Amino acid sequence: MAGAAVLGRLTPAAPLAWRVATVAGVREETPRVRTLVLEVDGWPRHRAGQHVDIRLTAEDGYQAERSYSIASGPGDGLELTVELVENGEVSPYLVEELVTGDVFEIRGPIGGYFVWDPEEGGPLLLVGGGSGVVPLRAMLRTRPTGVPARLVYSARVLEDVIYRDELDRLGSDVVVTLTREERDGRRSGRVGADLLREVGFGPDDEPRIFVCGPTSFVGAVASALVDLGHPPERVRTERFGPTGR
Amino acid sequence: MVVSRGFRGRGRRDDSGRVPPGQYLTDDFPVLSAGPTPQTSLDEWSFTIGGEVDEPRRWTWDEFRAVPSETVTVDIHCVTKWSKLDTTWEGISVDTLLDGVETSAEHVVAFCEGGYTTNLPLEDVTSGRAWIAFGYEREPLDAEHGGPARLLVPHLYFWKSAKWVRGLALRNEDEPGFWERYGYHLYGDPWREQRYWGD
Repeated sequence: MAGAAVLGRLTPAAPLAWRVATVAGVREETPRVRTLVLEVDGWPRHRAGQHVDIRLTAEDGYQAERSYSIASGPGDGLELTVELVENGEVSPYLVEELVTGDVFEIRGPIGGYFVWDPEEGGPLLLVGGGSGVVPLRAMLRTRPTGVPARLVYSARVLEDVIYRDELDRLGSDVVVTLTREERDGRRSGRVGADLLREVGFGPDDEPRIFVCGPTSFVGAVASALVDLGHPPERVRTERFGPTGR
Repeated sequence: MVVSRGFRGRGRRDDSGRVPPGQYLTDDFPVLSAGPTPQTSLDEWSFTIGGEVDEPRRWTWDEFRAVPSETVTVDIHCVTKWSKLDTTWEGISVDTLLDGVETSAEHVVAFCEGGYTTNLPLEDVTSGRAWIAFGYEREPLDAEHGGPARLLVPHLYFWKSAKWVRGLALRNEDEPGFWERYGYHLYGDPWREQRYWGD
């Protein structure tokens, strides 16, 4: 594990304070997904792949906390991309209710494992399912020219593809596959060993691999990558379970 | 208090006193792992107690399963915010595995298949507070949930209940484990909301 390198940062840490986030803008990404552009006083620079905790407080004092991946690249301000989860408690509020000027609490950035810094080098093999593309998009945004990268992104239908225009502009660095429909010029089917062998980097290229998505997607992709010969310790995963409300 | 306009909250208000601050209840059992799920054959599996002990101990799977086990029903709390009440596990109390071990160590590192580690005070895995669990809800523990065996320390955030555990190393000094090096709290008490460094 790549742990030794970060031991130097184990100095007593200041608590991650809750800060007030103000919604500066919203962007509809798909019918069920929205990006929140946030303004937070004193927000430190984040690393691609990190997440935040948010806390909503109701009039009666009831609170709900959740974690969300950061969607923006370091230096691009703070944006969260949130998918509506049916019967959820927090995501319907964030996706359907929140408007510019509204506030909630936030703390972070958090996490040092599922992150990629340009100094780590590439190539970068990113595999995302559904809204699992969010932290991977932050990595693509921080990638300097010259670092080869490939994003393999599984969505149900074309309409569900988040950041579609931005990803299309990246040309062959991005391979979108649709699991529930066939479209001209788009691949269809699940992400498996065949697709990864064809469009991913091979073990000899020693890619940095990040896989993010629903539990079953991540399990299947991670196993396929190991079967293709990638060392398990090279495969960093982040999963959101059936309860990612 | 920063009130979010229009947020009412539809979560189950907890009146049991069993849900720590910032957590919500779930009936599912989400999976969270840093990497691929290891595939270990039981023939190659072993469990070791080592480190600062008079004599290391090692069990094969068959030997391990011959050790008296317990069935416990506990609440579990994941740092990613979900809590699950009344989960039932079968496992061997760490007290049983440490019985007769001579040590002056006060810390322990659980080590796992694939290199994952987590650190705990020795007193948090003794006195009936921790198990090496191999059964969940009266079935063998699934690999994705840590099978064949995982540490179970329900009074701390659930990343401390390391999946695919293969042994405990006793240590004189506290030594941060895998997530603890990446920003997560060294101790992880959900009731004090010790999620991250500095909490």
